[in-house]
Amino acid sequence: MNVGRLCNQACKHCHVDAGPDRTELMSRKIFEACLRMVDRDSPSTVDLTGGAPEMNPHFRWFVEELSKRSVKILVRCNLTIILASDYYGELPEFFARNRVEVVSSLPFYQAERTDRQRGTGVFEKSIEALRRLNAVGYGRAGTGLVLNLVYNPAGAFFPAPQDQLERDFRKSLDEGHQVAFNNLFALTNLPINRFLDYLLVSGNYETYMEKLVEAFNPVAASGAMCRSMVSVSWDGRLYDCDFNQVLDLPAQPTVADRVESFDRGAWEHRIISTGRHCFGCTAGAGSSCGGATT
Amino acid sequence: MNPYYDSKDLGQFGKIGDFGAKASADKFFAWYGEVFKEGALTAREKSLIALAVAHAVQCPYCIEAYTTDTLEKGCSGDQQMEAVHVAAAIRGGASMVHSVQLMNKARSLSM
Repeated sequence: MNVGRLCNQACKHCHVDAGPDRTELMSRKIFEACLRMVDRDSPSTVDLTGGAPEMNPHFRWFVEELSKRSVKILVRCNLTIILASDYYGELPEFFARNRVEVVSSLPFYQAERTDRQRGTGVFEKSIEALRRLNAVGYGRAGTGLVLNLVYNPAGAFFPAPQDQLERDFRKSLDEGHQVAFNNLFALTNLPINRFLDYLLVSGNYETYMEKLVEAFNPVAASGAMCRSMVSVSWDGRLYDCDFNQVLDLPAQPTVADRVESFDRGAWEHRIISTGRHCFGCTAGAGSSCGGATT
Repeated sequence: MNPYYDSKDLGQFGKIGDFGAKASADKFFAWYGEVFKEGALTAREKSLIALAVAHAVQCPYCIEAYTTDTLEKGCSGDQQMEAVHVAAAIRGGASMVHSVQLMNKARSLSM
């Protein structure tokens, strides 16, 4: 679920074009329709993203409602939101209380490469936010509170193997910052929106697309996340994935396109809408919101 | 990069066998692929060595290829630049250590 495009950051690679000036936010009515869908279709996971999903005024109510149900709640937290104000400073305790799995972007284990992508000072703030999550038990053994990090390359190149990056991040964050986490997901940047603009302006578009196409992996395609999910936009429309959502590439007309009329049976047999950006999820080891797919 | 070296030309490297000496080219690329496989050295260590050597032999194609490759193996800017310093140190050291020849010769000629 993309609950809105409002964000306290404006990252250079953001495929949602999120930022502090965006006004699109999921309404209470759409949230309620999503809850009915959860009750009716029993998905294993509800994955909340944005923007900064925590900035939606109905966010906490919705998470509390979900926590009453047997569904895994996953929140894509940009970390810096935790330091934005006292109100958001309560988020680590709120997440822990509701057994939320936190997934947070950290483009690199050093400040320079992280700040280049996400803004000056973001690395230091992210480290402080991770420490606050660790302080309530996130990423710590025996707590059951899961804190996963997301790496995506800070430029026109592919991610390193996920397990290798995870070792590098763990060593550097533990030794340098006393920060713990559970798993690291490595994502490939998809050529859409701000990252596409960057590719075009920097003259890297052609080379990057050639690399994506040459690295097409049928095994990664078979594990692509669009095969096992439904993406709900802030205004209640349904898409094959978050990327199709921001491109406004609708699901095939054979299925209902709104959350209120979602039909799981029809959805599972639909033809998935594809575009050139799909090569981003099918290159090499594959890429999804949960990292490599092979 | 100087126009003499066009980044796009790197894409033709694998096709040099089509121009001539195909058997030799095939053997070269098979050997090249073998060299960079994970072995006693990791693929990342080999890539950093390649980046350093690329600077030592000053091959623009190799510098571009192994800058990208080391980034895609998760190397930091410090790791990449330290590799280049190693290359520079050996190049500089190679000149400096020959000063021993200078000293030996000078001493042999001197009273």
